[in-house]
Amino acid sequence: MTVAMDADKLNIEPNLGAPDDFYEALIEMHRDLTPQQSQLVNAKLILLLANHVGDLTVLREAMAHARDGVAGA
Amino acid sequence: MAVDYQKLELAYARCAEQKTDAPVRRPVIVVGAGPVGLSAAIDLAQHGVPVVVLDDDSKLSFGSRAICFAKRTLEIWDRLGVAQRMVDKGVSWNVGKVYFQDELVYTFNLLAEAGHRRPAFINLQQYYCEGFLYEHAAALRNVELRWKNKVVAVEQTVDGVELVVETPEGRYGMQAQYVVACDGSRSSIRRVLGLESKGRVFSDRFLIADVRMKADFPAERWFWFDPPFHRNQSTLLHMQPDNVWRIDFQLGCEADPDEEKRPEKVIPRIRALLGDDAKFDLEWVSVYTFACLRMDAFRHGRVIFAGDAAHCVSPFGARGANSGVQDADNLAWKLALVLASKAPEALLDTYATEREYAADENLRNSTRSTDFITPKSEVSRTFRDAVLKLAKEHAFARRLVNSGRLSTPTTLVASTLNTPDDEPFAGAMMPGAPAADAPVRVAGEPAWFLAHTGGSFVAVVFSDSGTLGADVASDLGSLAHAAIPVRTLVVVPKGVASQPQTGYTVVEDAEGMLAQRFDAREGTCYLLRPDQHVCARWRRVDAARLRGAVARATCNA
Repeated sequence: MTVAMDADKLNIEPNLGAPDDFYEALIEMHRDLTPQQSQLVNAKLILLLANHVGDLTVLREAMAHARDGVAGA
Repeated sequence: MAVDYQKLELAYARCAEQKTDAPVRRPVIVVGAGPVGLSAAIDLAQHGVPVVVLDDDSKLSFGSRAICFAKRTLEIWDRLGVAQRMVDKGVSWNVGKVYFQDELVYTFNLLAEAGHRRPAFINLQQYYCEGFLYEHAAALRNVELRWKNKVVAVEQTVDGVELVVETPEGRYGMQAQYVVACDGSRSSIRRVLGLESKGRVFSDRFLIADVRMKADFPAERWFWFDPPFHRNQSTLLHMQPDNVWRIDFQLGCEADPDEEKRPEKVIPRIRALLGDDAKFDLEWVSVYTFACLRMDAFRHGRVIFAGDAAHCVSPFGARGANSGVQDADNLAWKLALVLASKAPEALLDTYATEREYAADENLRNSTRSTDFITPKSEVSRTFRDAVLKLAKEHAFARRLVNSGRLSTPTTLVASTLNTPDDEPFAGAMMPGAPAADAPVRVAGEPAWFLAHTGGSFVAVVFSDSGTLGADVASDLGSLAHAAIPVRTLVVVPKGVASQPQTGYTVVEDAEGMLAQRFDAREGTCYLLRPDQHVCARWRRVDAARLRGAVARATCNA
């Protein structure tokens, strides 16, 4: 199913062709890493994906969704 | 009167081989009288093959064990004539709910569309399943069940297998053309042949508590991640017949299995879930671990492995017993053709390749579920919880939640038995797929499509009028009398009266679903294998191509 969307809006519709394959690859990426190393790898992954997305409006929207429901310490 | 299948004592009796020195050569010996062995024995017998079943015990399953039987398994048991009892006794369900901490995250329906005879799942204690299969098998003339008969030695000769069987009265020898090993995860046949089942062993322990109680929970699968009543672990709740409820608690790696089985330990866990006032009796308690394993090859000469003996999965997804019954479904018709000298032994290799492929799919799914449910690292746990947090609001995250990818049959896309399409088709009914069911009418009476397929090859021909041309009818008539017969089933559109015809059955596509599910037009023709998998399809009937596809599907090409 293709969902019509605005280029400057975050796509939150299901968009992963093979969700279980993706999730397995994501966890596999962290194999044998310490928690600290994992945090670094995650940060690099986010930066790579952010660069791919490019549009700051979209990125800000994603950040808001990610922060939603997580209270500050 | 209801039979208590857990207490049923299946009597040992002296057999022919013990009474005479002259060895009798059996076509097939099935080892193991569990759901897989009994399904294989019934299927073989109904294909006309005499079967001896050996089991080292004199009891059926103790405890409810495998409780979830999937739609495809029920369809196979329909073909064997045993499903109705299972469905009548079982609890049918389609809906699952997933909770994270104290919130419902989402609800899924495993059978969202109408027009199927069987539900996505039934829950039924394994002892009922085995009891019903046992009674069906015992009533068949060409099935002989031997209890307290333990195989202690196996030797393959040039043209057969020799077994040494231990009984309460000592040992005796047996000979068979083929042995089907359905003797479970600790298969003794596998061990005596020095073969291994390899893979990942998981260290998390789980507690099964079956409780008997009156409760008004719906017939749904409820799964909790990190619930308030069982912090940091998962819990699963399932309804079974006779007011029995399966509660499955994840215990972690450190749990002491003997300690965790004590009622003083189990009852507070259940009270935390059900409330302090809940009235219940403990029916069965078990602490288990699991492994995801498979043998490198399911066929070793004349010994063929099926079910847990060949492959083991984690319980998440109900892929163990279900895939084992599908092994039996795949093997029986092939073995029957080989024994009748209508197909070469190479057909048995396709049992192995097709079911190894299916086992890989089941292992992949059950391993992924296990990794989601029991994260193995801090970062894995963080991602898991992030997915669950997002899932409540975002549909995309729901697709990543994995509380068990529940058993569906494997589409054997890469099978060499398939004839590739030479014209475009839409939909799921590609060569290798198990045929979908749909409501039909036969002579005006409501019926089900799948009930008219299976057991032999079937050519399904879609025809707007229901009357085949004289040439086509004569071609199909000759196929019906071939060495490997092909029955013809003609499907007419809704509203066209299905007139009985000589030589073929006519079914009316009662809701139009059959044409839709098979992307059929006037003249479309599907060839279904005896196990109801699609193996070829065309846009017009052509007897020569049908003959070619049957030859290909039986390794006779």
